Amino acid sequence: MTQSLTLDSISAHYGSTQVLENLSLAVGEGELVSLLGASGCGKTTTLRLVAGFLQPTSGTITLGGRDLTRLPPHQRDIGLVFQNYALFPHLSVADNVGFGLKQRGVSGDAKAKRVTEMLERVGLAHLADRLPGALSGGQKQRVALARALVIKPPLLMFDEPLSNLDAKLRVDMRVEIRQLQRANGTTSVYVTHDQEEAFSISDRVAIMHAGRIMQLDTPERLYQRPANAFVARFVGFENLIPMAVVERDGAKITAEMAGGVRLTLPLEQFGAIPDSFILACRADGLQVTDNATMEGIPATLGLRTYLGRAYQYQAETPAGALIANGPLTRVLESGAAAKLVPVPEQCTILAPE
Amino acid sequence: MTRNIHPLLIAGTVLVFIFLVGPLVIVLGSALSDTTYLTFPPQGLSLRWFENIFQIDAFRRTIVTSLQIALLSTTIALIIGIPAAYALNRHRIQLPGWLSTLFILPVLVPELVLGFSLLKNLAVQFNSPIYISLLFGHALIVLPYVIRVISASLASFDFSIEEAAISLGSPPLKTFFTILLPNVRSGVIAAFILAFITSINDVSISIFLTGPGLSTLPIQLLAHMEQFFDPTVASVSVLLMLLTVAVMAIVERTLGLTFLAK
Ligand SMILES: Nc1ncnc2c1ncn2[C@@H]1O[C@H](COP(=O)(O)OP(=O)(O)OP(=O)(O)O)[C@@H](O)[C@H]1O
Ligand SMILES: [Mg+2]
Repeated sequence: MTQSLTLDSISAHYGSTQVLENLSLAVGEGELVSLLGASGCGKTTTLRLVAGFLQPTSGTITLGGRDLTRLPPHQRDIGLVFQNYALFPHLSVADNVGFGLKQRGVSGDAKAKRVTEMLERVGLAHLADRLPGALSGGQKQRVALARALVIKPPLLMFDEPLSNLDAKLRVDMRVEIRQLQRANGTTSVYVTHDQEEAFSISDRVAIMHAGRIMQLDTPERLYQRPANAFVARFVGFENLIPMAVVERDGAKITAEMAGGVRLTLPLEQFGAIPDSFILACRADGLQVTDNATMEGIPATLGLRTYLGRAYQYQAETPAGALIANGPLTRVLESGAAAKLVPVPEQCTILAPE
Repeated sequence: MTRNIHPLLIAGTVLVFIFLVGPLVIVLGSALSDTTYLTFPPQGLSLRWFENIFQIDAFRRTIVTSLQIALLSTTIALIIGIPAAYALNRHRIQLPGWLSTLFILPVLVPELVLGFSLLKNLAVQFNSPIYISLLFGHALIVLPYVIRVISASLASFDFSIEEAAISLGSPPLKTFFTILLPNVRSGVIAAFILAFITSINDVSISIFLTGPGLSTLPIQLLAHMEQFFDPTVASVSVLLMLLTVAVMAIVERTLGLTFLAK
């Protein structure tokens, strides 16, 4: 039933503007892959290409080995869930859910049985006769989900399905979506611009920027080992410090940053380090200390904010403005001189941009 | 809770009501008068002026013509106008803004000018049959209304609904009928009624495009008034109103119900 999806060097244009550039993506059987990126980066465009509402200017799309590229959208057999639900306003909840079955020639008792089953699974059996206008946002999205799932499509695609719901419901619904997707083992593509949402429900996440995939990886690897500076910034590495190796000494290297500041870094933590690289650290990965004997980046502290688990400081350093965290046990004032000490476990090495 | 309505507001409402309904009452009253001249209030009550309409051959024929032309031109305008309005709204972003204005142009041209140029070009130059010219002229003047009214109801239509249906396996043309049309039903009904009323009451276009042997009810009425000043004028007016109301009711019921049945 479920099938793998492949996009092979897809390019797409609106008029003369290129929206997708040589995009390749493989979603395995039963896998849920999210497309994550800022507004306008081409997420919806990618879905519309797969759904067939848009033709790529080059490249091929295959689903379970079948070439979809030239197939009209109504023959593609893909379940779609829209941001604005897109329920049929003139049809009851049951008729909305049964619509796809009707197109497939399922009718009468067989249809009614499958619709009821599906409505029970999304907890809406009691609303079968309502019109969509009389449903809450969460209920509408459940109907939309049921309508897409009931046809047992080999591929499900979601375009920001939760962005019109409030925060609490969003978390509940995404768990529900993930459970239904898992239970059916349906290959899925999930579009969102919410990083937490993408990371929490996906097997893998594709981080998109300006019509390209910057990195496609598991949430864990994206979070800990971003492949480039763009992804690093995207997943919250506040500090990206360009450095050059000046000395290699067995298990350690010494590298220099702007302003002549030198740091020693252990190779075991980072693996191979090229001669020129970017040291990427989250604020947590740069510890503020007023112990002047520690090796670190000399800094003048600026604004301090309280995070609950730590204090966060804006810091001026020879390598530019950085953001670092300090312990709650030691409160340092604005203007104080301090050292920012990299915590290797919280930092990563990137190729220079 | 009691709310005080300002006396001036009440007075104003009553005045507007009289202004709107007054002429109708006068026309209806005059039509029922037993006299041989137009008068109000009616003197004596009779339906003889209604009977008179049907005794005059020209009236009988023009009623049929008017109904035919109104129904046909409205149908033509709907067949052209619904897809046009659909395309204009569906592809609004890609299309230049002036394009939808283009479809409203016939309204801007004074109808007399339109009628005259249709007569000169269609009827005289191309020698097209008078009936066809008349039908064409009516379709032309009602088309902008159809496009406008249907566009208005499509403006709030969410086209992703259509895509949802297609993705569920419904071919595009079928989707147009099962998903789009039912959702602009009230727009289609309103367009039908507006177009029908415009056509059946039209004088300025028809006056050029009618001729020997073919006339519409309002034009026949004009011709009748040139010779007689009897209450037939009023009774024909009442008849026109009744026809319009009847068509509105029929359209509401049939279009409304067939769409609901889908
Ligand atoms: N119909 C269109 N005509 C022209 N350009 C378009 C059209 N639709 C989208 N675009 C452009 O294509 C680019 C990608 O759009 P797309 O809708 O795929 O973005 P997105 O990642 O889904 O953004 P969002 O998170 O805001 O939904 C954008 O720059 C957008 O302006
Ligand atoms: Mg989008």
